[in-house]
Parts: sequence; C-alpha cells; structure tokens
Amino acid sequence: MFDSLSEKLQNVFMRLRGKGRVTEADVNEAVREVRLALLEADVSLPVVRDFIGRIREKALGVEVLESLQPWQQVIDIVYKEMVALLGQQQAPLNVASTPPTIVMLCGLQGTGKTTLAAKLGTFLKKQGHRPLLVACDIYRPAAIKQLQVLGEQAELPVYALPEDQRKGPPTIARMAVEYARQHANDFVILDTAGRLAIDDELMDELGQMRAFVQPHEVILVVDAMVGQDAVNFAEQFHKRLALTGFVMTKLDGDTRGGAALSIRAVTGVPIKFIGTGEKLDAFEPFYPDRMAQRILGM
Amino acid sequence: GGGRGVDEELYEELEASLIQADINVQTTQRLIGALRRAVEEEGIRSIQQAVEALKREMVAILEVGDPSTMGLKEASLPPTLYLVVGVNGVGKTTTIAKIAHMLQSRGKRVILAAGDTFRAAAIDQLAEWAQRTGTDLVRHREGADPSAVIYDAIRAARARSVDYVIADTAGRLHTRSNLMEELRKIHRVAERELERVPDEVLLVLDATTGQNAISQAKLFMKYIPITGIVLTKLDGTARGGIVLSIADDLKLPIKLVGTGERLEALEEFNARRFVDRLLEV
Ligand SMILES: Nc1nc2c(ncn2[C@@H]2O[C@H](COP(=O)(O)OP(=O)(O)OP(=O)(O)O)[C@@H](O)[C@H]2O)c(=O)[nH]1
Ligand SMILES: Nc1nc2c(ncn2[C@@H]2O[C@H](COP(=O)(O)OP(=O)(O)OP(=O)(O)O)[C@@H](O)[C@H]2O)c(=O)[nH]1
Ligand SMILES: [K+]
Ligand SMILES: [Mg+2]
Ligand SMILES: [Mg+2]
Repeated sequence: MFDSLSEKLQNVFMRLRGKGRVTEADVNEAVREVRLALLEADVSLPVVRDFIGRIREKALGVEVLESLQPWQQVIDIVYKEMVALLGQQQAPLNVASTPPTIVMLCGLQGTGKTTLAAKLGTFLKKQGHRPLLVACDIYRPAAIKQLQVLGEQAELPVYALPEDQRKGPPTIARMAVEYARQHANDFVILDTAGRLAIDDELMDELGQMRAFVQPHEVILVVDAMVGQDAVNFAEQFHKRLALTGFVMTKLDGDTRGGAALSIRAVTGVPIKFIGTGEKLDAFEPFYPDRMAQRILGM
Repeated sequence: GGGRGVDEELYEELEASLIQADINVQTTQRLIGALRRAVEEEGIRSIQQAVEALKREMVAILEVGDPSTMGLKEASLPPTLYLVVGVNGVGKTTTIAKIAHMLQSRGKRVILAAGDTFRAAAIDQLAEWAQRTGTDLVRHREGADPSAVIYDAIRAARARSVDYVIADTAGRLHTRSNLMEELRKIHRVAERELERVPDEVLLVLDATTGQNAISQAKLFMKYIPITGIVLTKLDGTARGGIVLSIADDLKLPIKLVGTGERLEALEEFNARRFVDRLLEV
C-alpha cells in the first residue's frame, strides 16, 4: 500500500550525509513520513500525535555518522518505541487459583467473538484443559446454533438454555459457572452478543454479567480492520467493564492492524491473542515485535 | 460579534475531523485543498460558510454516476437478482433480511438463497430471517456448492413467479484468491442462468472499517463487477468516511446504509445526510 517507511525515510535523509547533526527541519520531515505511515495503518490520530511526539524528541538527538545512516537510526527509534507501546512481552491468560477460570468475551457486532470462543476452547483443550463454551447471545438469529456447531467441530461441550427457558444473559452465565463446577470444567468461556459501546442497556447487561460471575478475563474482541473509531469504543468498553485484555481477529488479511496500538495506548490493557483465519486452529499468541513490523510495513 | 474566522487552526481542525472519520490522508488533503481554493475564490469569511463549502465538495465526491442509478435496479424480466458479497462479519446476511423486508412491504415476493454453505449455522441464520420476514428460502446442506444454491433459487423464482432473488454468500477476505475465484464462478453461473448479469452485486462494507476497505473494494471489483456499496453499522460512533475515498478513487456508488440490527434499520444512501453526520461533533 505504501512504499516501505524505511524507503521514505531514506529519501528524507539522503541529502544529509556528512552534514554533522540532524537538523530540526530534517526531523520534522521524517516525522511527517512516520505520521503518514501510522495513519495509513489505521492508528488513531490522537495516538499518532502522542507517538510522533516521542519519536521527534528522540530523533533530534541523532548524530549523523558515516557508519550508521540517520534513517536507520530513526527507524530503530520508531520500531523500539512501538514494540514498547505494544507491550514488550507476551501476556498470558489470567488463571483462577481455584478453577474454573472464567473468560468473558465482548465486543462490537461481527468481530469474531463466537468463533474466538471455539478457538480459545480448542487451544485450551490441546493443553489438557476441559473448557466449557457458554451461549450468552440470545439475540442474534442462530447465534446459539452457531456456537453449538462450532462446539461439535471442536469436540467441546456447549452450555445453552432451551428456547422456552427464557433467562437473561447474566443469569445464563451464572448457571453455566455452576454447571462447570459440577462437571469439572476448569475453564468457562462466555460468548456474548455483539453490541455498540453506546448502547447503554446492552452495556449494562455486560456489567451485570461481570458482577454476577466475576470473570478472571474480560476480553474485548476487535476486528483488526477497524479504523479510527477503535479508541472510542475501546475506551467505553474499558470504562464500563474494566477489560483485562483484548484479541485482534482477521489478521489473515492485508490490514496493517494499527488499532492494536491505539487500543493498547488508550486502555493500557495487553493484547493476548490474535485470530488469523476462520478455522478453529487459526489462533496464536500475540507477539509485540511482529505486530510492530506489520504496522510499520517492515 | 466576536468569534473566529477562517484561519489555519480551522483548517487543521477540519483536517483532523476528516481523518478521524477514516477518510484517507490523500482524499483529506484533496478536500482541504479544495476548501482553501473555495475560501479564496468566494471570499468566505465565516466558519459556517467554510464548513458548508467543505460539505459541498464531499457531496460532489459521493454523488457517483447519475442519480437514476442510485436505487436498486429492477429487471424488466423477473426475477431480479441481487448478489451480496463482502468480507467476514460486515453484515451481509442481516442486510439481505432488511432488503427482503423492504421489498415485501412494497408487496413484492422474494426468495432468499442460502449461498453461505460454509460458516457454522449460516444457513440457520438466514432461515430464521426468512421465517421472520415471511420470505421463501432455497437452501442446500452445509458444504454444498454455493453456485448450485443460487442456480436453484433462480429456477425456483421462475417456477413460482417470484419477483426477487437475494443471494447470500459466505464472508471471505479479499486476499484469499481461491475464495474470490469461487465468487467469480457464482457470478458466472448466475449470469448464464439469468442470461444477463445480476441486477445488483452489492459489496457490504462495515462503517467501523478503516483504510482496509479500499483494498476490499479494489479486490472484490477485480473479480466481479460490483454495482454498489452497502455501508452497515452507521448507528455506532464510526463515521464510515472511507467510502469517500472509495467513491473518489473507484467511482463506486453507495446505495444503502445499515443503521441497526432490526429489519427496519436500512436506509437509502443520502450523501448530504451522510456528510452532515460525518462532520457533526
Ligand atoms: N478471516 C477471518 N475470519 C474470521 C476470523 N475470526 C472470525 N472470522 C469470521 O468472521 C465472521 C464473524 O465471526 P463471528 O464469530 O460470528 O463474530 P461475532 O463477533 O460472534 O458476531 P456477532 O455475534 O454477530 O457479534 C464469521 O464469518 C467468522 O468466520 C479470523 O480470524 N479471520
Ligand atoms: N449495529 C449494527 N449491527 C449490525 C448492522 N448490520 C448487521 N449488524 C450485526 O453485525 C453482525 C454480523 O452480521 P451478519 O449479517 O451475520 O454479517 P455477515 O456479513 O453475514 O457475516 P458472515 O456471514 O459471518 O461473514 C450481527 O450481529 C448483526 O446483527 C448494522 O447496521 N448495525
Ligand atoms: K467488523
Ligand atoms: Mg457471535
Ligand atoms: Mg452471513
């Protein structure tokens, strides 16, 4: 989509060689290129501003050496800063001291929550756990059936109430946790309906679910193709639910996934996993360095 | 009275609004450039006039093609076929239910074709919408060839004198060439059976999507002739500005917008309303 950032910075600094110290004008030009690259990668504007502020400061100190090109040094600063912001290390799942560990999934419509429930279940099962999937989406047509079909594919049990037993999602979640205790399921994965962060009623419902079952993980499931709005809804979800982590899905496409940086920056909450396809094994731990390279198009 | 006029700060603020609405940097700069010229040429002084001039430029970009092609096309020889495509989770199936609902309320008869034979319970999801809207459904079993489902739906429509067929397809990322080839085949089979191209091939885009929507539009267009865009999820806080860049670059008209999960939450695209919403604070 854009020529690699390093190429552009190379051009900026080309005429600089041997001029001594990098001037403020050179840095400004370099910073403009970084800004453009981040915006093209869907990093939210306020986060971009903050990020390039830091880069600018560090880049001003760079000396022009014959051995190391200034553009290489700037790229290095940008890359390291981004990895640091993305969380440096891999963040593991929080686990209950007394099982079951309860994982609540939430997010906007169509981001991949139901698929993720089955992927996470598959991942945990491979590690020898006994996860239970729970159908708390009572709204979307065939949402329960979707989780049941995925549960069957993954050979995982699915807790769902029959249609005639109408209960609210927080109550379903509580009943499922009770069921898990009785059936020795050490993980409970709650699939919830997609919702907008500005939908007060449905956000309250999640708040109540959180209060009812006190999950060890409250994970925001985010579509990696998301744009500038990421900061808005992530902040809202975090404010109302105190998120413990998030997951980026659909990273198998050609999106840069700059929202990872935005969300991490506004919530301070770690990215735990990524989704890389529709199949149940298309699920990986999150690596900050790989994500930084992707966002920067390296 | 006091109040600011048109200054650099205003240009910066407007630029930030456009970028934060997901309009890409290129289109944003083009718009701000056009605004500067308008301010100069028309001697614009007030912020209000400047914003109005900007909106005018945006509407001009969004009004692709002639207005008579804005609505959904209807075939002179029924059934009219709408093929609905897009990446995963954008709202294809829900949009189909909404279009069916709209047509039925105008007294038309509709058949839905369950062309997503891949995703878990996708057929059940469409079946539930068919039941709720009272439309007919043509379905095969999971894993069946989607082209065959759509072929059967067209034939069923003819046999039952039904006016419209709306075909669902599985969500697919535009970068998956094998899945895109499958779409090309679906289109070809439909064209052969209809003896004309599908009346609408609607690309569904999610308003929360950022720059990637351009790549989606480009690649879908490369494989099949897209006739228009449906922009969903405009009921959220996302502004959906990327369609401006798409209209600008690719000249694709936006036909419908989705504004919720209910059957009634579908509107015809109105450029002025869209632009007003995009710039409102
Ligand atoms: N390519 C790709 N598709 C994915 C990924 N994760 C999920 N999907 C697809 O995205 C679509 C939406 O996934 P769901 O799991 O139904 O999303 P959801 O968040 O549960 O949706 P709602 O319940 O309607 O809010 C489906 O077509 C999935 O197959 C991924 O990592 N990559
Ligand atoms: N808020 C809002 N949600 C919508 C809108 N349109 C669809 N949705 C929701 O988005 C989610 C995905 O919708 P689907 O119709 O299943 O999307 P799809 O493109 O068919 O998904 P796949 O077939 O899995 O690729 C569902 O939860 C819908 O209720 C809309 O306009 N606004
Ligand atoms: K989405
Ligand atoms: Mg779901
Ligand atoms: Mg669908």
